[in-house]
Amino acid sequence: MTDPTTTTAELNVTSWSPGEDVIEVMRTPAPGPARATWRTFRETARGLMTTFGRLTEKGVTVQYPEEKTPVYPRFRGRHKLHRFEDTGLEKCVGCSLCAAACPADCIRVVAAENTPENRVSAGERYAAVYEINLSRCIFCGYCEIACPFDAITMGHDYELSDYDRSDLIFTKEMLLAEPLERTPLRNEGE
Amino acid sequence: MLAIVGYYEEWWIQILKAVVIFAVGLQLVPVVLLAERKLLGRFQARYGPNRVGPFGALQPLADILKLLTKEQFRPSTSIGFLFVLAPLISILTAVAAFAIIPFGNVQHIFGKEVGLYGIDVSIGPLYVFAFGGIAFYGIMLGGWSSGSKYSFLGAMRAAAQLISYEVSQGLALVGVIFTAQTLSLTGIVEAQKGMWYIVPQFFGFLIFLTASFAETNRAPFDLTEADAELVGGYNTEYGGGRFASYYFAEYLNVLVVSGIVTTVFLGGWLMPFGIHPPGWVDPFVVLFKMGLVTFLFIWVRATLPRLRYDQLMSFGWKVLLPLATLNALVTAVLVVVTH
Repeated sequence: MTDPTTTTAELNVTSWSPGEDVIEVMRTPAPGPARATWRTFRETARGLMTTFGRLTEKGVTVQYPEEKTPVYPRFRGRHKLHRFEDTGLEKCVGCSLCAAACPADCIRVVAAENTPENRVSAGERYAAVYEINLSRCIFCGYCEIACPFDAITMGHDYELSDYDRSDLIFTKEMLLAEPLERTPLRNEGE
Repeated sequence: MLAIVGYYEEWWIQILKAVVIFAVGLQLVPVVLLAERKLLGRFQARYGPNRVGPFGALQPLADILKLLTKEQFRPSTSIGFLFVLAPLISILTAVAAFAIIPFGNVQHIFGKEVGLYGIDVSIGPLYVFAFGGIAFYGIMLGGWSSGSKYSFLGAMRAAAQLISYEVSQGLALVGVIFTAQTLSLTGIVEAQKGMWYIVPQFFGFLIFLTASFAETNRAPFDLTEADAELVGGYNTEYGGGRFASYYFAEYLNVLVVSGIVTTVFLGGWLMPFGIHPPGWVDPFVVLFKMGLVTFLFIWVRATLPRLRYDQLMSFGWKVLLPLATLNALVTAVLVVVTH
């Protein structure tokens, strides 16, 4: 049993140095009954004042359905598929790289050829079927990185619960649709 | 005017009073319940319940409705008759103890003299301790008859705790009784006309308050229901209406202790600075003071962590009991010397 007032330097530790930012705990000797009683009362009073101070403060609770914590710009929420703004054509060319990159194997792409009469995307082919099974998705964002045309990005929507598993399979139309702005975005420096 | 001690009304007034006091107690418990949850929230920088009704005011109602509509459940290892009886004992003793809290002196209502209390027994504090002693059976039998080890451990802790702290609680009041020279609670209030007993009996007040925290099984002495170790303590196996009874009794006990503290140390219905309001104000003064003491209970609960069991026992026997004895002794000497 070492003396509690011993510092680390005095212990002659040569094999390992904790460095400069070591915290040394200095313990005073155990107080006598009178001082212990006084300390108990003083610390109890201090604790009571601490909690009393909280009464005048505003609560930190975010009243969730009414208020929402704003998300960061890089927050990975529900996916979005994009179109070119000028031509309105889909950016996705059905290359299935996202499906290949997906660790959860939740993306299904069936590609089809664009024809002059039916031009859907800007490239040679387009995604005839594009489905993301959100009950399997782990929101890692690899699909976004894999995509050579920035056709798929992670949005900010995180309120995705549903009553049926099959409702969580999002089709191309659902992913292309402009999502309801349900999630506030955090401003710069907030 | 001196208090009229040991005054009894006609039988029908007594029955009426019993109903009124029960009704008032019943109305106060949900208020305390809500106040506790709201205040605990504020103490922890939260808001507390605010969804049911305006500002969460209907939360206790929702809680009680939920509990009362639940299925009555009983473990197969339990002892049926005691399992049902135990919550009833708890609630009965709590309501019975509530009966002696004086809300005001004898008033003239419709030409009759009516004391604003259930009964003014000539053994006031002893009556409270007697019912406190019986209340322990409610907890003990409930924990024991549940047939569960956690309930049993909770009940055992409650037994040891109640016995050790009742002694100090009683001794803390002895000083007041010496000074007031009466055991009647209305008499004790009247004796505080000059000065409330919280000033001359400050140590007695502190000891009584500390012992009361343990007696009502509230933080920091709520070891009987230490959730971390004992699931829920003696009421682990209870649910629905029976659990509601225990809960009700617990909060009513807090009210009873607040009432006793108000009566014995805070001057009951007396107002400070010699203000003498009309008689009908008295109950509101008492309720206000009870509210302050209840606030103190909640405040302490929000602040102090739960003690370890051996700390609790050694504090009760080695610190509180000698202090209470010393307090009674010094008071006795002072009373003899000054008279």
